[in-house]
Amino acid sequence: MTPDALRTALAGRTTEEGERWLDAACTAVAADPAAVRALFPAAGRRCGRGPLHLAEPYGWTVDDAVRALLLAALPLTGTALHTELTELYRTGDAAERRAVLRALPLLPVGDDALPLVHDALRTNDTRLVAAALGDYATHHLDAAAYRQGVLKCVFTGIPLAALPGLPDRADAELARMMSAFAAERTAAGRPVPADIQPVLARFPEIPVPTATARREA
Amino acid sequence: MRIFDPHIHMTSRTTDDYEAMHAAGVRALVEPAFWLGQPRTSAASFLDYFDALIGWEPFRAAQFGIRHHCTIALNPKEANDPRCTEVLRHLPRYLAKDGVVAVGEIGYDSMTPAEDHAFAAQLQLAVVHELPALVHSPHRDKAAGVDRTLAVVRESGIAPERVVVDHLNEVTVKQVADSGCWMGFSIYPDTKMDEHRMVAVLREYGTERILVNSAADWGRSDPLKTRRTADAMLAAGFSADDVDQVLWRNPVAFYGQSGRLELDDVEAPGTGATFEGNSVLRGARAEV
Repeated sequence: MTPDALRTALAGRTTEEGERWLDAACTAVAADPAAVRALFPAAGRRCGRGPLHLAEPYGWTVDDAVRALLLAALPLTGTALHTELTELYRTGDAAERRAVLRALPLLPVGDDALPLVHDALRTNDTRLVAAALGDYATHHLDAAAYRQGVLKCVFTGIPLAALPGLPDRADAELARMMSAFAAERTAAGRPVPADIQPVLARFPEIPVPTATARREA
Repeated sequence: MRIFDPHIHMTSRTTDDYEAMHAAGVRALVEPAFWLGQPRTSAASFLDYFDALIGWEPFRAAQFGIRHHCTIALNPKEANDPRCTEVLRHLPRYLAKDGVVAVGEIGYDSMTPAEDHAFAAQLQLAVVHELPALVHSPHRDKAAGVDRTLAVVRESGIAPERVVVDHLNEVTVKQVADSGCWMGFSIYPDTKMDEHRMVAVLREYGTERILVNSAADWGRSDPLKTRRTADAMLAAGFSADDVDQVLWRNPVAFYGQSGRLELDDVEAPGTGATFEGNSVLRGARAEV
């Protein structure tokens, strides 16, 4: 996702008034980065909150896109950018935090924003967990945390199709964890979500439990 | 029957309550910031609580098909603890949030000078942030407390129709009715106010400018008191439209003055009327 792609996607998904507000807000932020603090919470009220792409209910929302463009307009780098971003996340409501997480791949922050991803992955809010496992996590999050995040999605019902890092970031250890999860579910007589199959399929050497395995145990 | 509980502390309630409330017709609620039984000892403790009111609790409510909004304030009891008053400095950034539809609960507990200061300062925040104010009336020495409350409200310059004075009873309702402020009634399982006495008040004062809430929290309370009041109104001969006015349209009108009530998906008749992804985006479980 790039700022240009977000702009294109926003066309028709917000009102003309919303677009004018966004243009003025980006100009204000470029001139004075502190202006973002008052504009960031107002984005949903001004521009809308519906899905950016109608087919993706766990994907970007209009207010996510607007907030990401505000962040991309910040004339800040290095420590100053990191400080502003951390403060916006820390003082944000759930929608603002989600937008910060979504915007991370657009910003020159390197690995510095990982604490925000870890914070979101500690929550039980599926909107934050899903947003935390976007492109930024795909490229920056360590393997152990990424695996735990994926498993949390499976446990909380977030469709794995919402994770851009899968199946490419799946490794044998994740497949083993998925297999163990499937074994627990099978033993409990509960259904195993079908979307773990693409991960398991990459590692045919990992045994996949079946109802037969349950009887043997 | 659709019900909007304009004052309930869901942080202290279980998911069983959310399920029972939804089954009884509750589709929206406002959770005012208040004390938690155990006194707080620092501003940081408030900030985690406020973050839950604009983060985790709306997510929890959405999973049960209920829209959650909140009010934010330093409550009168803890306004007396100098370790807590620093939180006043942090309120403006919360008052800018989408889910925050009023400043509250503010007002009096023991009617101290510290409470005077916090009350007046927070009424000014309501004016500056163009938000209504939810005013708690003291449980002890209530009639004098309501008089003093209304004097502070008048002095603040906030429009009376943007203020609700809560926890009223037969003795205190007239003062507030005459002031132009909204009249709030908390229906409890014990003696403070019950649904049948509420019906008598509605007979005398009519259904305008009145809010009925359960005020359910961590004490003995009943999150279904809104529904019980609705049933008592119907049994006493009020129409379904009267019930809808008191238990839905009135709270929508009062908190709607914030411009931040979001009820599109719960007001629509049937869930098919809006894009189904909306509820997922707000935290409702996706259909598996």
